[in-house]
Amino acid sequence: MQKRVIKILATLFFVLLLATPWLMKKYEHWRYGVSGGQDEATALKRYGFYLQEVSSDIGIHFNHEAPQLDSKLEPIMPQVASVGASASVADFNNDGWEDIYLTNSRKGTTNALYENMGEGTFKDVAGEMGVDSLNNDKEGTSMGSIWGDYDNDGYEDLFVYRWGKPVLFHNDQGTGFTRVDHKKTDFPKWVNANTAIWFDYDRDGNLDLFMGGYFDEKFDLWHLKTTKIMPESFEYAHNGGRNYLFHNNGDGTFTEVAEQMGLTSHRWSLSSAATDLNGSGYPDLVVANDYGVDELFINEGGKHFNNIGDNADMGFSPKSGMNVTFGDVMNQGNYAIYITNISEPGVLVQGNNLWVPSSDKKKGKLNYKNLAGNMGVELGGWSYCAQFGDLNNDGFIDLYVANGYVSAKKGTDYWYDFSKIAGGNEKIINDAKNWPDMEGRSLSGYQQNKIWINDGAGRFQEVSGVVGGSLKKDSRAVAYADLWNRGVLDVIVANQNGPVSVFKNKVADDRNWIGLKLEGTESNRSAIGTQVEIYWNGQRQKQVVSGGSGFSSQNQRRIYFGLGIDPKVDKILITWPSGKEQTIDSPKVNQLHKIKEPK
Amino acid sequence: MPDFTTTFFQKIKSIQYKSYTAAILITCILIAAHLSFGILGGYKKLGIAIGASFLVEIIMGRLFLGKWRNLSSAYISGISVGILIRSPMFWPYALCSALSISSKYVLRYKGRHIWNPSNFGVVAMLILASNSVAVLSIQWGNNLWPMLVIWVIGSYSIWKIKRFHICATYVISFLFFAVFRSWITGDPYLAEISPITGPMYQLFVFFMITDPRTTVKAKWGQYAVPFAIAFLEFILRLNEFVYAPFYALFIVGPTAMYLELWWKSRTQTQAVQS
Repeated sequence: MQKRVIKILATLFFVLLLATPWLMKKYEHWRYGVSGGQDEATALKRYGFYLQEVSSDIGIHFNHEAPQLDSKLEPIMPQVASVGASASVADFNNDGWEDIYLTNSRKGTTNALYENMGEGTFKDVAGEMGVDSLNNDKEGTSMGSIWGDYDNDGYEDLFVYRWGKPVLFHNDQGTGFTRVDHKKTDFPKWVNANTAIWFDYDRDGNLDLFMGGYFDEKFDLWHLKTTKIMPESFEYAHNGGRNYLFHNNGDGTFTEVAEQMGLTSHRWSLSSAATDLNGSGYPDLVVANDYGVDELFINEGGKHFNNIGDNADMGFSPKSGMNVTFGDVMNQGNYAIYITNISEPGVLVQGNNLWVPSSDKKKGKLNYKNLAGNMGVELGGWSYCAQFGDLNNDGFIDLYVANGYVSAKKGTDYWYDFSKIAGGNEKIINDAKNWPDMEGRSLSGYQQNKIWINDGAGRFQEVSGVVGGSLKKDSRAVAYADLWNRGVLDVIVANQNGPVSVFKNKVADDRNWIGLKLEGTESNRSAIGTQVEIYWNGQRQKQVVSGGSGFSSQNQRRIYFGLGIDPKVDKILITWPSGKEQTIDSPKVNQLHKIKEPK
Repeated sequence: MPDFTTTFFQKIKSIQYKSYTAAILITCILIAAHLSFGILGGYKKLGIAIGASFLVEIIMGRLFLGKWRNLSSAYISGISVGILIRSPMFWPYALCSALSISSKYVLRYKGRHIWNPSNFGVVAMLILASNSVAVLSIQWGNNLWPMLVIWVIGSYSIWKIKRFHICATYVISFLFFAVFRSWITGDPYLAEISPITGPMYQLFVFFMITDPRTTVKAKWGQYAVPFAIAFLEFILRLNEFVYAPFYALFIVGPTAMYLELWWKSRTQTQAVQS
């Protein structure tokens, strides 16, 4: 009798175990799920914002085309030629309206510079400004761009990185761009770059340039002599492109110093971003690597970079890093680091990383914990760019994540073949000719972009189903900008092999904001690296003026803080890259403040 | 009265080392892989997997058998789960271990459990919790030398416990069917044999298909079953099942065990009747 009872109880326990995943899913949906269709009124009421796609209405008709590489790669062309759609924002002519630069990647195609006409329309002026024809047989094709005033003349200059020859354009006071002579820049003749950022690593007041390679720079992907170009390992590859660090000499010339600064690495870099993470005053550098670990380079007084990713507990487990962005996710004056990876149910569930600092005060060392799961921002998809920004101006930064790798034939899947080859020996995986033909199949295609809003209590909620703004394309880049000067963050999404999407953000009327447009004097004029901390209603939030973040993206230079309802701002503390501190007491809200670094 | 030292050494001598070969081997593989590649991403998940295995084994063993079980089997299951299950969350490790061990006590036929515990746990997780888990397949080094070392040491260890023929049959069958897969799909032969050069297969070959408790006793069956597993895997692979070997073992292993136990029982009954 007793044995029978035990058997029944054990069986019930076993059934309960089997049912656990289903029960957990139900609980998650009940606790954090959203219901209802996309409806502006509902979205505004529930979440305080609504995103409406307006690109055609405002005159943006840009279509990205993927590169067509060497025919030896034809069987797996879609996955090799899967990047190049990028978006960066700057007010290139200082007219007070944010403009957009978009890259194309097929030879013969043109890039676009959409000038914001200030009346709700945009005009492509890339041709007349001389920054359109950058995709050709001789110099390769564009992968991304970043803006920074490298010569401190008050106008944002443009750097375009390519699978090919990098190019720097000097902004001639907003009337046109002049290509800077390669002899002055020390740029390599060829690099297969997928990330670059401006930052002033030595705080000398001149913007320096970091660039990370993806494929090894010895390969011209349009004219291959070998098919052994692929990673030697899916997660431990060291046969990618190298890193470059160009020191700005302050006289219009650059010197490449990566080796002496300790930034030599041949990982497959896809994203980078910089800010001061350890309070030293010098910007530190985080690099996300595909087929490898995340790297955290601590800036040792502008003299050397020291990779402490492993010691800081964020550089041991390799994934497929594709994005770096910083955000004060808990309004504590500390930056968390968000790095996207790959999640495909049942096949590969890496999960995105949200590295939240947990300073070990005893040892005085920088330490991070991955809280992506705890905060609900772990499972994206095949994720590329992610950007933090307060989309609903409630005082807490939200997160937009671009997803989708190769959306080809619907209902098809290359994952089986991909996993077959990717788990194999290095000699097999390294050679593209061993990879099974994709035959027009999708690979993590048609994935929906995620829009996670921060509830301010340590949890994000995915609301793309209600607030609009999401896509099921192969989204790559995401950039925020206040395109209509309304005090809200509009969203630009660049899609691989597809049209760019611009989402106009409508925020609930009762939400408030404050904006800052900073200009360095002793520091670099773009003010890149400036830390801004706001104190209001018993809260605080920190943001940095960025010289590029996310994947192939750059947000507007302005800093925006959402303030929620009934705001009373106590002060704003600005720490310039020069080290100067500036306090602005009780600033007016709902306006953009133009602030110059005090001399 | 023997002194403590004498008793201690007698105990050490009396240990059946052969029965710990698998546990020692899998521990060595784990340590080597983690130190060189950091495959675990931390010790917590492994600890949870092993801890859950121990806990369920102790409770179930006590309830069903009325005794404290030797935990070496639970250790192997826990460590297999810790290596094989890939999830950014913690709960799948505990759940998979609990499912693996409890399946031994609940899913029985003629007094024997017929599923390899960790194979059952892994397949259950893949089917029921595919949003949260995957299985180790591509998250390990792709280097040649560590792979060769593991294959050589693994093969030697398995040969010592007289189960090498099971591994060899499976590997040869896999390579044989890969020729046909390559011919049918048109993919390079190297692509077809690529999976077996990876870490998932090392664990699968050395620890799952050779598990003494869930492999058939008949010698000819020990050749036939791995061949059948490889054949079903061949079919599943043609239908693009990413984790084909686990599904193949999940189906073929218990079926073979069931048939053997049924046949044995039938012949015993006939013998008694005659």
